[in-house]
Amino acid sequence: MADRVAIVGIAQTKFAPKRVDVSCGEMAYEVIEEVLRQTGLEMKKDIDNAISCSHDIWDGQTISNIGITDVIGGHLRSEEKMALDGSTAVYYGTIGILSGEFDCTLLMAHTKMSQTNRNIVNNDAFDPIYTRLLGFDYTSAAALQVRRYMYKYGITPEQIARVVVKNLGNAKLNPVAHQSGNLTVAEVLSSPLVASPLRKLDIAPDTDGAVAMILASEKRARKITKNPVWIRGIGACYDAHYLGDRDLADVFALQKAAGQAYRMAGIKNPRRQIDVAEVGDDFSYQELLWMEGLGLCERGGAAKMLEAGATEIKGRLPVNPSGGLLGGVPINVYGLNRVAEAALQVMGQAGDHQVKKDVKIAVAQGHSGFCGQHQCVVVLGKE
Amino acid sequence: MEEIKKYEPFEVDQHITAQSRYYAGRMGSRFYIALRDQQKILGAKCPRCNKVLWPPRSTCGVCFSELTETVEIGPLGTVETFTVVTYNEPVQPRKAPFIYAVIKLDGADTGMAHFLDEVDFDEVHIGLRVRPVYARERNGNILDIQYFKPL
Ligand SMILES: [Zn+2]
Repeated sequence: MADRVAIVGIAQTKFAPKRVDVSCGEMAYEVIEEVLRQTGLEMKKDIDNAISCSHDIWDGQTISNIGITDVIGGHLRSEEKMALDGSTAVYYGTIGILSGEFDCTLLMAHTKMSQTNRNIVNNDAFDPIYTRLLGFDYTSAAALQVRRYMYKYGITPEQIARVVVKNLGNAKLNPVAHQSGNLTVAEVLSSPLVASPLRKLDIAPDTDGAVAMILASEKRARKITKNPVWIRGIGACYDAHYLGDRDLADVFALQKAAGQAYRMAGIKNPRRQIDVAEVGDDFSYQELLWMEGLGLCERGGAAKMLEAGATEIKGRLPVNPSGGLLGGVPINVYGLNRVAEAALQVMGQAGDHQVKKDVKIAVAQGHSGFCGQHQCVVVLGKE
Repeated sequence: MEEIKKYEPFEVDQHITAQSRYYAGRMGSRFYIALRDQQKILGAKCPRCNKVLWPPRSTCGVCFSELTETVEIGPLGTVETFTVVTYNEPVQPRKAPFIYAVIKLDGADTGMAHFLDEVDFDEVHIGLRVRPVYARERNGNILDIQYFKPL
């Protein structure tokens, strides 16, 4: 059995509103080719497992990975797809290497949101017997969640708008981000209302793109790079499906996933031990909600931390220095991008959005399903 | 051979349509028949957890008991959260702007997601007491409840 698993290579496309120039497979190949070149690895000789992450309805093909087996090295070899957020590809890739079965695993997540209609696609995520006919999508469901969160913890629209201001400001420093800007709280609060209280700028935009990553056992990692990022802990947890089954302001699944990942990583005090966090802000308020679920502050305390500047790039605990998902990352790719950005921080290779402090431990969080039904947490660290 | 560098991006237009029939199962069938024929709302009772769950289901996700007992819940309930939706999609049965809410029906421990209507957008709030308005023509689906409205 392998002792440890490391991230040894990362490649991301520039995220763009509409990549009319490439098919899904061609877009995936861009990042796969780049990550192989970066690590000096060869598909046939070195990669012994591949895990892709995409979604049937988004790609318009069941099963969505059968259309990209050629580019991911799945031709007459093993390849599995996670039909969940990209963070779960890291979870399963890590488990495969820890089992001793594989040494070098290629992960790749892709989606072209421009190819279809997000609300119609996401309506299919709701159960067909009791909910789908009502016409819900992820945005209207998220609006129910943010309203409940604001009510329960006294969070204001101004506080939530600050997430957008911070993240789009950070995105200016990230060359792969799709959108960025110098916004004020007033500008965010005057963007068009979509599903109250959510406004256009509270919602991650439709984007096309892909991310690839290579995981390796410790023995292999040492030969591939001088700068491996160790996967210190992983955790995953589901909550109930129906919108009324849980108090939408609760974050029990994330607390459990984080607890599992922290135990594995030996983290007893996440507020002190974690240096930087990249979390799944599909919607602005979720950055605050997930910070609380990750134990980076007490319940209801994330907005105050943000207001105090603690989560800025120069802050005590930077959150989403990359600009997060509000900067524009495609669904399904969300989580692999979160892990990639957290890993770049650990490597010290995040460029202009590298945080100012020394990063020993970073945490990445991804989720899938509406209102964060499934949660996945990955803790990364230096030697 | 010449490599073509300039080309016009070509779009393949596709539409997936599946005419699906989803069977509501043991609990779902009882729920929809009671709703359609008697305008009654049923939940499933978990005797071990002593909870009443809506939607009614055959397994309790908390204790994994098989559930067989239904109880009538509501029809009055309380708004737990809500949103005013401003956009239209072909999958929505109502025209925007409209209100979605999660409503905890009296006697149930979980909420029902549905529409609110006959209320000013400014007057909706968490804690609002509501009752269902049933469709005149009921077809055995969730829209047999047209929407909820304030008492
Ligand atoms: Zn039970």
